[in-house]
Amino acid sequence: MIALLTSILSIILRAGTSLIYATVGEIYTERSGILNLGLEGMMLMGAVTAFATAYYTGSLLLALGVAMIVGALLATLHAFLTVTMRANQVVSGLSVTLFGSGLASFLGQRLGPASNTYYLVGLVGPRFTSIPIPLLSDIPVLGALFQQDILTYVVYGLVPLAWFYMYKTRNGLNLRAVGENPQTADAMGINVTRVRYLYTILGGMLVSLGGAHLSLSYTPGWAENLTGGRGWIVIALVIFAMWNPARAPLGALLFGGINAVQFRLQAAGTNISAAFLNMLPYLMTVLVLVMMTWWEALNKRIGAPAALGKAYMREDK
Amino acid sequence: MRIVIEKRQALSRTALILTPIISFFVSLLLGALLLMASRVNPLETYAAMVRGAFGTWSNFTETLVKAIPLMLTGLGVSIAFRMRFWNIGAEGQLVCGGIAAAWVALFWTFVPEGLLLPTALLVGALAGALWAGVPAALKAYIKVDETLTTLMLNYVAILYSQYLYYGPWRDPQGYGFPGSALLPAMAWLPRLTGRVHYGVFFAVVVAFVLWFVFTRTRWGFELRIIGENQTAARYLGINIARNIVLALLLSGALSGLAGAAEVTGLSRRLQQGLAVGYGYTAIIVAWMAQLNPLAVLVVAVLMAALLVGGDQVQMMMRLPAAVGLVLQGMILFPMLAGALFVEYRLRIIRPQAVDLEPTPTAPEVTP
Repeated sequence: MIALLTSILSIILRAGTSLIYATVGEIYTERSGILNLGLEGMMLMGAVTAFATAYYTGSLLLALGVAMIVGALLATLHAFLTVTMRANQVVSGLSVTLFGSGLASFLGQRLGPASNTYYLVGLVGPRFTSIPIPLLSDIPVLGALFQQDILTYVVYGLVPLAWFYMYKTRNGLNLRAVGENPQTADAMGINVTRVRYLYTILGGMLVSLGGAHLSLSYTPGWAENLTGGRGWIVIALVIFAMWNPARAPLGALLFGGINAVQFRLQAAGTNISAAFLNMLPYLMTVLVLVMMTWWEALNKRIGAPAALGKAYMREDK
Repeated sequence: MRIVIEKRQALSRTALILTPIISFFVSLLLGALLLMASRVNPLETYAAMVRGAFGTWSNFTETLVKAIPLMLTGLGVSIAFRMRFWNIGAEGQLVCGGIAAAWVALFWTFVPEGLLLPTALLVGALAGALWAGVPAALKAYIKVDETLTTLMLNYVAILYSQYLYYGPWRDPQGYGFPGSALLPAMAWLPRLTGRVHYGVFFAVVVAFVLWFVFTRTRWGFELRIIGENQTAARYLGINIARNIVLALLLSGALSGLAGAAEVTGLSRRLQQGLAVGYGYTAIIVAWMAQLNPLAVLVVAVLMAALLVGGDQVQMMMRLPAAVGLVLQGMILFPMLAGALFVEYRLRIIRPQAVDLEPTPTAPEVTP
């Protein structure tokens, strides 16, 4: 029983890691008032470029760097269109997803070695392996927390750091101000454009890193549509976390948990269909959205940045 | 000298027509760079794509086959977008339409044979309408953000369809192939030529009706006002909530019809391959057509040509079919950047007469 619980917790953590990276990233982006629906495309691009880099250079660190640069570039494109050109954020984000998933699929069939007819599919490259921490990893059940790979360990630090930065620093305050009320923030002397660019790009880097975790650790290797819709789940998880990085792991682990439970249920041969379990995160997100909107109408202010999705221009009042 | 961005008095018509055309060519240009980087001749590739999509009659019919769902979903999406209601749930609405049509065709044995097909199509459209109606009502009455709800419901619909064709609806004689039994022949949507089914007529008729509604009726006017200025709409006494729900029911119905037509006209069973992203491409279609229903028809064919052309390039030149998807994805970038110039214009403000430091580049300064 203890072994079972330990292994379930371990699977949940492994499945949740990429989601936590991407969720924290998107929370920062949305907090600045920019909705980026390009996550799915950015994660796929992060995954494919990270894997290709690791395969050819053997350096996992370089692979992470490349993924982050690619994520930053795609995010810059989104920021340029939505902040500078004031384009519609929904349509721009969807374009990034369509473009990113198309390009990732293209690269997956062109970047490979000639011996594999230029395909990346089916190749084995370097990967992150789990590094059990002596003593701690022997604790029953909770030991699962300490037999993960480096990227998961980094998450343990990333979440509190992201929370601290957002709520306890001047920069975090500025970020929230821009997402709540860009006019006032501007009047206070905050450079709205700069803040929005900065956190859209930072968010893109984290999202892409989440994608890299998939191809370098979780399901090592490259496969067509590797993310399997995780980019969209993250959009839901941001709502679930109510735009607070400290709550990001909750939703991510819940989704990871559903994955794990489903795995176990199938193994046990139960009749509950996987489809219904997989629907849960989406249905719960709709429910959370409804309840949050309700709550906000009564009490004001709990989550969504007020200026989310709105372009800002000084002349417009 | 200073450059300022200012709002135009009226939307620029020239910019409205030119931006999509320029965007398309910019996308081809960027695509050419990508192809050259992967050591392929871009001109050859594009020529092969054009031949693949339009070269022979049978290729052209395949392009039309893919254009039909893009037309219907594109029209559906454009209704919602006119009111600035960001319905990105066309994919799920299409799947719901497909599920409902298959349900009628397979299990509604009490319907007279001659009425089976019309009933299937109608129920399919209704299912799509309901699937869009839920987020519409949530938005209209309690202001729940529609982007996220429509998106989430896509996955619910897709997963449910998978449950059906892997589970209770699975064809016992299907040799383990995931899919429902074949629909009875009475429920098949007839085909014109090749695999082009009658859905193409629905799309064309709907496009013209919508064009009329948008430009010539009071309701079309009301929808536009709601999109452009909600405060003005309220002063004019327009019932915003009711209009949002009505427009979204119509929007979802068209996507539902697209799904019903795919199932009854093309696959003739509920199976994998119904949700292949038409609902997302529909957003490109609607946006590139500037929400004009007649333009939607043309753009849908163009987007379908990129898909079919991509498939052909894969077969003939062993290039990834994703070339078509990459081109599709890139089209909107220049388009979105250019949209600024439809509503705004750049004005160059030159310094007035008292110019103490003559700039050497300014033409009016004579040495």
